[in-house]
Amino acid sequence: MAQAAIELIGINKSFGAVRANRDINLEVARGTIHGIVGENGAGKSTLMSILYGFYQADSGEIRVGGKPVSIHTSNDAIALGIGMVHQHFMLVDNFTVLENVILGAESDALLKSSITKARSELDRLEREYGLEVDPDAVIEELPVGLQQRVEILKALYRGAEILILDEPTGVLTPAEADHLFRILKQLKDQGKTIVLITHKLREIMAITDTVSVMRQGTMVATRTTKDTTVGELAELMVGRRVLLRVEKGQSEAGAVKLSVKNLTVRDQRGVTMVDNVSFDVRGGEIVGIAGVAGNGQSELLEAISGIRHAVSGEVMLDGKPIDLTGKADPGELRDRGLAHVPEDRHHVGLVLAFEENENSILGYHDDERYLKGPFLDIDAIMADAKDKIEKYDIRPGNPRLKTANFSGGNQQKIVLAREMEQDPGVLIVGQPTRGVDVGAIEFIHKRLIAMRDQGKAVLVVSVELDEIRSLSDRILVMFAGRVVGERGPEATEGELGLLMAGVEHQEAAE
Amino acid sequence: MDMFNAIVQVLDSTIRLSVPLLLACLAGLYSERAGIFDIGLEGKMLVGAFAGASAAAVFHSALIGLGTAILISVAFALVHGFASITHRGNQIVSGVAINFIAAGSTIILGQAWFQQGGRTPALQPGERFEAINWPGAEAIRDVPIIGPIYAELISGHSILVYFAFAMVPFTWWVLFRTRFGLRMRAVGENPAAVDTAGISVAWLRYRALICTGVLTGVAGAYLSMVQNGGFVKDMTAGKGYIALAALIFAKWKPVNAMFACLLFGFLDAASIRLQGSPLPIIGKVPAQFMQALPYVLTVVLLAGFIGKAIPPRAGGVPYVKER
Repeated sequence: MAQAAIELIGINKSFGAVRANRDINLEVARGTIHGIVGENGAGKSTLMSILYGFYQADSGEIRVGGKPVSIHTSNDAIALGIGMVHQHFMLVDNFTVLENVILGAESDALLKSSITKARSELDRLEREYGLEVDPDAVIEELPVGLQQRVEILKALYRGAEILILDEPTGVLTPAEADHLFRILKQLKDQGKTIVLITHKLREIMAITDTVSVMRQGTMVATRTTKDTTVGELAELMVGRRVLLRVEKGQSEAGAVKLSVKNLTVRDQRGVTMVDNVSFDVRGGEIVGIAGVAGNGQSELLEAISGIRHAVSGEVMLDGKPIDLTGKADPGELRDRGLAHVPEDRHHVGLVLAFEENENSILGYHDDERYLKGPFLDIDAIMADAKDKIEKYDIRPGNPRLKTANFSGGNQQKIVLAREMEQDPGVLIVGQPTRGVDVGAIEFIHKRLIAMRDQGKAVLVVSVELDEIRSLSDRILVMFAGRVVGERGPEATEGELGLLMAGVEHQEAAE
Repeated sequence: MDMFNAIVQVLDSTIRLSVPLLLACLAGLYSERAGIFDIGLEGKMLVGAFAGASAAAVFHSALIGLGTAILISVAFALVHGFASITHRGNQIVSGVAINFIAAGSTIILGQAWFQQGGRTPALQPGERFEAINWPGAEAIRDVPIIGPIYAELISGHSILVYFAFAMVPFTWWVLFRTRFGLRMRAVGENPAAVDTAGISVAWLRYRALICTGVLTGVAGAYLSMVQNGGFVKDMTAGKGYIALAALIFAKWKPVNAMFACLLFGFLDAASIRLQGSPLPIIGKVPAQFMQALPYVLTVVLLAGFIGKAIPPRAGGVPYVKER
């Protein structure tokens, strides 16, 4: 057994009455990639924040390289060679890469020598690890994948030997994620130790050496990755057997509910994002749109739901056209039975500063049910919110809690509950399970299939290929704004992957 | 030649009038770049003016006056910091409170100490900062063009005027060439990035506010000890707010700030100059209209002529470590 880079012994941490970590023991061997998985709120991030000096443990011991240490601030952690890449990047958006890298690690009171030193150091890191990025580029002009690279460079510049990454692929496209994994492997080969926090089990299987599972603040198991399976990990995370593929019967497609014809959408720069797309969604079926993020799916969804201007084409809802000037009244579309769960729930789907009960009627607040004369009927709204909380297992079950205080999965459930409980004829869902943990994914998938079985038309857009394959009755693949293929649910991952990559059908067949 | 002399005179008073604006504007720049909105520039200038004139009159020393002005102004800045950094209070409320306290306390203390209706005693020579005449200024005064420019515009100001203009390149240098400046700009944009880099957000912001206090103190001292020979109630007359407007106009950049303040100073100087004298075409204009002109232009400029001014992103938001 290689020497341990980090040992955590009997770590406890409570926030008020909530025990975020209890009696955690963890050992990470030097020069390995160690995964930590668990549902949202299982205590992964708290544990890593303790290691990085953001929080103090109530009790327990931390050893780095075999020696007991006390970590009170991030500075202590940095001095011990621990670096962290946060889920939400800790970068100053209007600074250059160079300025971000030296921030907090300047060599003296003037910047000149720091900048010279950082420039040559970045050059070296670029050569050693293939971490290419223009040192003079401004952060906000870089794609997220490169921004993340800057975070990694920041840690390495400070001499990090142990690198903690918190949900690093949440914001990345699959290609960017692959590139990140290559970098991580290279870092490992150079003797760095990497701790990867995620709830995506595929990533764990793909790159980790060992994996620890957390559940409700405790460490339930540690496994060698090659001796475990996705099924076992999922079961350990949730504490019960999880259906990774929901069971569903044959679809009974009915009449066309939503019809898209020759739809073309351009973005603000005038680039064609959706190019002459046509398809139908019938009642009683789920149509999935697969594709690498940024191939026009977002724009397609926005155009169909009436919030983005389409250059040409038409969209019919129950045989009547939808206003495609981008100025459609969302209230009117709701009345016509179109419900939309937006991709970006933080900005479009929810008002995070509102209480849960307010978000659970948002957009439907003019509905008779929630009104008493000109005033809101608070009792009715509360009863309605409680009803949804129970039905969708939203936790914590407190309708007065600020929405920002719910985990990502539960926020998504709040939006889904709101839209689905209106009993719409057509449901459009963007990224139904982005940022959602395994247990909740299963639940959301079951609800979507229940909608289908009630004869509703469901359109799902997701970058998770597994999700598309498990939910859809028909799969459309988008590439560069066009629908490049239609497949049944039995299509293999490889076949869809080639379509998503834009490889022509003929080549795919060979 | 009369025309030329008139222009030189307007420019000369432009410089004098823009100095308090410039000092206050740079003061606001330190605070806002660090993410703390400071609507209390006005109040800090006022207490600085009062403390400066009082101390100078009592101790018969301009330097002691200046030191006291800075000290009191910094103390008020620290109160703002205590409310808005340590206790994460609302920065606008704290700033407004400081303005009220300043307006009230200067009059009450002035009356209690000097019994001159809220004024401080008129400052004698030696208690004020005198104009510094540069070598040769008198000798070349009569040389056409160059003479008046050198003698009026460049020479013949008090030390505080030169200090104010020297602060422009100095502030630029601090902001973009020093560690403190880098961190200060970072903390105004994304304090979490600073915190995770192992730097104290609170201490950094306090230091920025101390810089603000020093500069508003000097601005106040200029008003009561250079421009005027003593403190008069409410003598800041909204300059703190105009400085904030100039700061936005300057997009939080020091060199821009200087030009913005010179512009506002020029409007002020021109309005004084043109008072009572008939304008071509329009004819005689009421004095009130000329006095209102700088403020009208402030509104117009801020409303539409500056393009997109992006304030420091974390401005006005108290920093709370996320859970």
